[in-house]
Amino acid sequence: MSTLFEEVRPSVAADDAVPVRRVELTVNGERRAADVEPRLLLAHLLRNGFRLTGTHTGCDTTNCGACTVLYDGVPVKSCTMFAVQADGHEVLTVEGLATASELHPIQEGFKDEHGLQCGFCTPGMMLAAKALLEENPNPSEDEIRWELSGNLCRCTGYQNIVKAVMWAADKLGANAESDGAGDAGDDAGGEG
Amino acid sequence: MYPSRFRYEAPSTVAEAVAMLAAADGEAKILAGGQSLIPMMKLRFAAPEMIVDINGIGGLDYHRADPDGTYRIGALCRHADLEKSAALADAQPTIAAAAPVVADPLVRTRGTLVGSVCHADPQGDWASVMVSLEGAIVAQGPKGRRSIQVADLIDGPFQTVLAPDEIATEAVVPAPRGARAGGYLKLERRVGDFATVGVAVSVEISGGSVARAGIGLTGVGPATINASDAAAALAGTVLDASAVDAAAQLAAEAAQPRSDHRGSADYKRHVVATFVRRIGAQIQRSEQEAA
Repeated sequence: MSTLFEEVRPSVAADDAVPVRRVELTVNGERRAADVEPRLLLAHLLRNGFRLTGTHTGCDTTNCGACTVLYDGVPVKSCTMFAVQADGHEVLTVEGLATASELHPIQEGFKDEHGLQCGFCTPGMMLAAKALLEENPNPSEDEIRWELSGNLCRCTGYQNIVKAVMWAADKLGANAESDGAGDAGDDAGGEG
Repeated sequence: MYPSRFRYEAPSTVAEAVAMLAAADGEAKILAGGQSLIPMMKLRFAAPEMIVDINGIGGLDYHRADPDGTYRIGALCRHADLEKSAALADAQPTIAAAAPVVADPLVRTRGTLVGSVCHADPQGDWASVMVSLEGAIVAQGPKGRRSIQVADLIDGPFQTVLAPDEIATEAVVPAPRGARAGGYLKLERRVGDFATVGVAVSVEISGGSVARAGIGLTGVGPATINASDAAAALAGTVLDASAVDAAAQLAAEAAQPRSDHRGSADYKRHVVATFVRRIGAQIQRSEQEAA
């Protein structure tokens, strides 16, 4: 972890008065550790420390939602949490959605329904959508627009994003049916 | 953007947190949801030397009613907990109306009501809601606990009377003197924005008339406004249109808005009056449906 120690630090002179802290967390199912300054943001630990650059930093002012990740299953803005707060917790980033062989149904939905143009907001949109569909597997259009209202898109006008989430809801629902009872909401949505 | 350097502590009890605050000599800030504090630290409007992260303290995430109807909201109860609470809608209609319009869904998963009240942003929604309910904050310090009315807690923009070694552990809404009714309306430029104008109206109806009323105003002054004259115009009435109209006018007079990029002062006053009338009409409609 000694190289990581360098990577995750802000590029300013060290100050011995502020002790570095060891954090251990689970990222996309893998145990990870890093030594971080308390002021390091979770988004920067993910991007610069763990090189998981799918988590985007857009506005950096808690407005846009591009940096959304799931923190113990709950969607949060990772630019508005400190990395030390993730110690002992689970984080899911966009890199954790697909399996080695298959896209997550939400990713398939964004592909099929053309739910992105520049793609900058897409990782955050998909993780917010994942949290939504786990809580509400059959959302209405209004519910999707409401739950994604913390994620800004400047390209699409949202229309196809809503369609993509509906597509994913249908696919996840169909998968759950073919899997038989009890498997609804299973993460491994692609496996029939 | 990086905040200034700070020392980070994560106590596991309130007593530990209080001791850390006392040792920090006024240079520490409590981190609960962090959805206002962290952005301010990134912009370096705030540069505390120490952060005391209370998220690891167990048993503060509740919202519940005591047997006598007193309602308690713990320091780690998130906006989303309140938004998604079925029990809250009946017990606390004003809180239930405000919860879904605080910031955006992602901020609501982290942010807390108690933290928002203590942040004392003049555009914060919860302080006006709590003022309308005659709510209080319970603060714990080295010398014990005390209760502070939210109307007395905030003494300016981003300023409270909390001592540097005190931590707000819960918000308390007193038991109602009758059936609760109320609402919160917020004008925002786009979803998730701070309030251009927010109005909280809470009433307690007993024997067909208003036993108690409270009106709090968001975003139209240097701090949350307790429109007590406007609320007094509702007390003792049957909440008829003329009483609501009088309250609406007095609330508009109590507002101290400034013209800015969100609207002119006159416009904001107009919205205050309109929102009082709309919430009044909502309450009348629901009372008629219930009758």
